Amino acid sequence: MLEIRNLRANVADKEILKGLDLTVRPGEVHAIMGPNGSGKSTLAGVISGREIYEVTSGEVLFEGKDLLEMEPEERACEGIFLAFQYPVEIPGVSNTYFLKAALNSIRKHQGLEELDAMDFLALVKSKMQLLNMDNDLLNRSVNEGFSGGEKKRNEIFQMAVLDPKLALLDETDSGLDIDALKLVANGVNALRSPDRAVVLVTHYQRLLDYIVPDFVHVLSAGRIVKSGGKELAQELEAKGYSWLEEPVNA
Amino acid sequence: MTTSTNSVEEFAKKEYQHGFITDIETEDFPKGLDEKIVRMISAKKEEPEWLLEWRLKAYRHWLTMKVPDWAMLKISPIDYQDQYYYAAPKMKDQPKSLAEVDPELLKTYEKLGVPLHEQELLAGVAVDAVFDSVSVATTYRGHLAKLGIIFSSFSEAVREHPDLVKKYLGSVVPYTDNFYATLNSAVFSDGSFCYIPKGVRCPMELSTYFRINAANTGQFERTLIVADEGAHVSYLEGCTAPMRDEHQLHAAVVELVAMKDATVKYSTVQNWYPGDKEGRGGIYNFVTKRGKCAGANSKISWTQVETGSAITWKYPSCILLGDNSVGEFYSVALTNHHQQADTGTKMIHIGRNTRSTIVSKGISAGVGQNTYRGQVRIMKSAEGARNFSQCDSMLLGDKCGAHTFPYVEVSNPTATLEHEASTSKIGEDQLFYCRQRGISHEDAVGMIVNGFCKEVFRELPMEFAVEAQKLLGVSLEGSVG
Repeated sequence: MLEIRNLRANVADKEILKGLDLTVRPGEVHAIMGPNGSGKSTLAGVISGREIYEVTSGEVLFEGKDLLEMEPEERACEGIFLAFQYPVEIPGVSNTYFLKAALNSIRKHQGLEELDAMDFLALVKSKMQLLNMDNDLLNRSVNEGFSGGEKKRNEIFQMAVLDPKLALLDETDSGLDIDALKLVANGVNALRSPDRAVVLVTHYQRLLDYIVPDFVHVLSAGRIVKSGGKELAQELEAKGYSWLEEPVNA
Repeated sequence: MTTSTNSVEEFAKKEYQHGFITDIETEDFPKGLDEKIVRMISAKKEEPEWLLEWRLKAYRHWLTMKVPDWAMLKISPIDYQDQYYYAAPKMKDQPKSLAEVDPELLKTYEKLGVPLHEQELLAGVAVDAVFDSVSVATTYRGHLAKLGIIFSSFSEAVREHPDLVKKYLGSVVPYTDNFYATLNSAVFSDGSFCYIPKGVRCPMELSTYFRINAANTGQFERTLIVADEGAHVSYLEGCTAPMRDEHQLHAAVVELVAMKDATVKYSTVQNWYPGDKEGRGGIYNFVTKRGKCAGANSKISWTQVETGSAITWKYPSCILLGDNSVGEFYSVALTNHHQQADTGTKMIHIGRNTRSTIVSKGISAGVGQNTYRGQVRIMKSAEGARNFSQCDSMLLGDKCGAHTFPYVEVSNPTATLEHEASTSKIGEDQLFYCRQRGISHEDAVGMIVNGFCKEVFRELPMEFAVEAQKLLGVSLEGSVG
């Protein structure tokens, strides 16, 4: 589903990703772990098409298509969803309106009929229960005045409605208390399916107690330095990252 | 939006075969302005002596006046002797069918979802006067007449209701008011007149659309709306009529009068031709709009969405004379490319417990310059007056400008005034967030800007609000990224 080969990327002329390889197949859940500054968020940014990241070499294929040639909205329409570390506020635009525009844009791209207000509402109601969302959050402006937990829940709720093939979760656990974390994890787990892949980017192992990954990768200095099963996460929790980091000038 | 270019062309061709016979103005109205021209206009309209006198007084006063230069506008000097003061010369430039109209303009209409026959009207195609919308207008007018509501062109009102016109003309904007209003008073061509009698609630939104054909309102139109005691009216001024003229002067005057317990709501969506991307052409829009809350508990509400014109100079204002009267001003002004807008309002509190609300949203893109200029004046007599002002600016890109000039003058210590202002830049973060959800760049800009303007749009009548939102999207095209 997702093929990343020898990916190198810069931010402001500084190389952050230094030859990264990753293969994700449908149905799999991958966790990308690593210390701060290792390039985790850069990876999520490159896959979703943020302009501040400049890809200097390598390739990123999604279902065989060259992702790097696509605008961010095209990637979204192809089925890539990014749950933001810091969800953005859009004053005056209601959550419902925003989500309906997004969903219909994606459906249109996929050759499906656009949903009318009634069908959309029915869909939204069913997904709201999943995240235990309050009705009034729907009518409020996108993320405006939301608490940290509400924002993160809103991200997973959007993911549930937009039904992506590949979900990237960028530090979704940061800033959540344990109850909110459980809610978010339950939401993600409910969305696990044989057709959908999930890539979790996280600093802490904590989230992986609730969303159990199939694969864990350790990112260090712009490269994946170790891959393994879920037990690798526990090992990291016990030992920290330092034992994996490349020695300087080795 | 469903109209394909093909069907437009076919339609246009078909109509063309039938031929358009335009009544080309044969009278020789030369360029320039002098007393003779003023007399000619008045004579052409067969106006009564008092109106001619009024025009002449205005003209003579205008000669003593100077062009105002206090606005934040760069305007190349206008040669007033190089203008036509009667609509006639415009006729020969009119396209004969849609096929002759700039295809870019038609594309805009399509995006706005303007029906085909309205497209013709808007593009200024010389359409034969027998038209669906005209008979519709006539039907409405009959219906309104039963309620005693007068809704007609200004010229007609002068003929049929001279006493009413004489009583209220210039009662809010006197002929001495300002350079452009005075010029208008001398040479106004036509416009709308509306009178709602005592206690009548006008059952429909009145709109210039209804009679766009009946009266070819030119560059100096004049509108007068009077709501008698307890009357209620909502008036829509739709100028979604981009014109392709070179820097053309448009100096209109609107006067509103609300008697005791009356309400007048006046909504404008202005989309005159803004000039091209390099700033060539476009309308110079110098408009004087003012309402007088003459009676107690009266209310005047202005809502404007200004997306067109090369230059907008416009301050819809309220004179709050009656006790407990209410003035409102909701504004969205957008400047893209080389557009300049200096717009705002004046709230003059005279009566006791008068209240006013100002909500202004300025959006600048390209190298556009957007200025809010507002005055809140609390007179000595205005015991317990209150004002709330909110002025927000949004910048798209880094070559445009936003400026805010709030003037406050308080002569009564019991007054309460609040002022809020903000300037924000449309964020790359917001754009990326929308795009990551599958929303195109252009739609994302439209969505964010519309969200910014929401407080104003919700004051517009439903259909107008939809049109305004689409218009904003179209006007912003190519402004970012």
